[in-house]
Amino acid sequence: MGEPGAGAVVLFLGTVRDNSEAGSVDRIEYEAYEPMAEKRLERVEEDVFRRWPETRVVKIVHRLGGLAVGEVSVAVAVSSPHRAEAFEACRHVIETIKHDVPIWKRERLADGRELWVEGTPAAPWKDKKDRPIHTHGTSKNHALRN
Amino acid sequence: MPIRVKVLYFGQARDAAGTGAEEFSLPSTSSVGALVNVSTKAHQLLQGMSASMRIAVNEEIAREGDRLSDGDVVAFLPPVAGG
Repeated sequence: MGEPGAGAVVLFLGTVRDNSEAGSVDRIEYEAYEPMAEKRLERVEEDVFRRWPETRVVKIVHRLGGLAVGEVSVAVAVSSPHRAEAFEACRHVIETIKHDVPIWKRERLADGRELWVEGTPAAPWKDKKDRPIHTHGTSKNHALRN
Repeated sequence: MPIRVKVLYFGQARDAAGTGAEEFSLPSTSSVGALVNVSTKAHQLLQGMSASMRIAVNEEIAREGDRLSDGDVVAFLPPVAGG
């Protein structure tokens, strides 16, 4: 992440929490529609460079499969010349992952129940003129890992 | 000539359908909406979910009126919850 022109690196780690609205959580199982999730993560990165052109590096890793309380499920790192845009861009990436990338999670609760977490309907990706956004297939700064 | 499409179910939709993947044969020029009707007829539990479900065709979100082609991959996507 470190670059001579970067004065800020913001790292966000999402971790498995031991509780949710449903109760006490033991672990979470993540699954993805992998090829589509890869495409969307790529678009998220491209979007960061469009909105914050001074961004130096963006990296995203989302884990899949079963994770225990306290484990890291997602990591986002952004480096920029200054902290303000690094924070903004990092925030933008994690919010987009939560709302627009086809990943689902099922909580296994301490009482034995298994519940899908209620999410957000994924929206089509459009630019301001309602044209579909396409990726360039160049970015390799993201990963889905078990 | 009928067309064949592969259908993928994720998350709650997979539980409701009782399978992660299957194939449907449809009349040519069938729409996404027609495929959804065929699928929800085959899997009653999917019916209650259809309002919040999004449909992707070949990994892009599709509209109900979009036409399907032979070999398309259609995915039923419940509301997403990454992170």
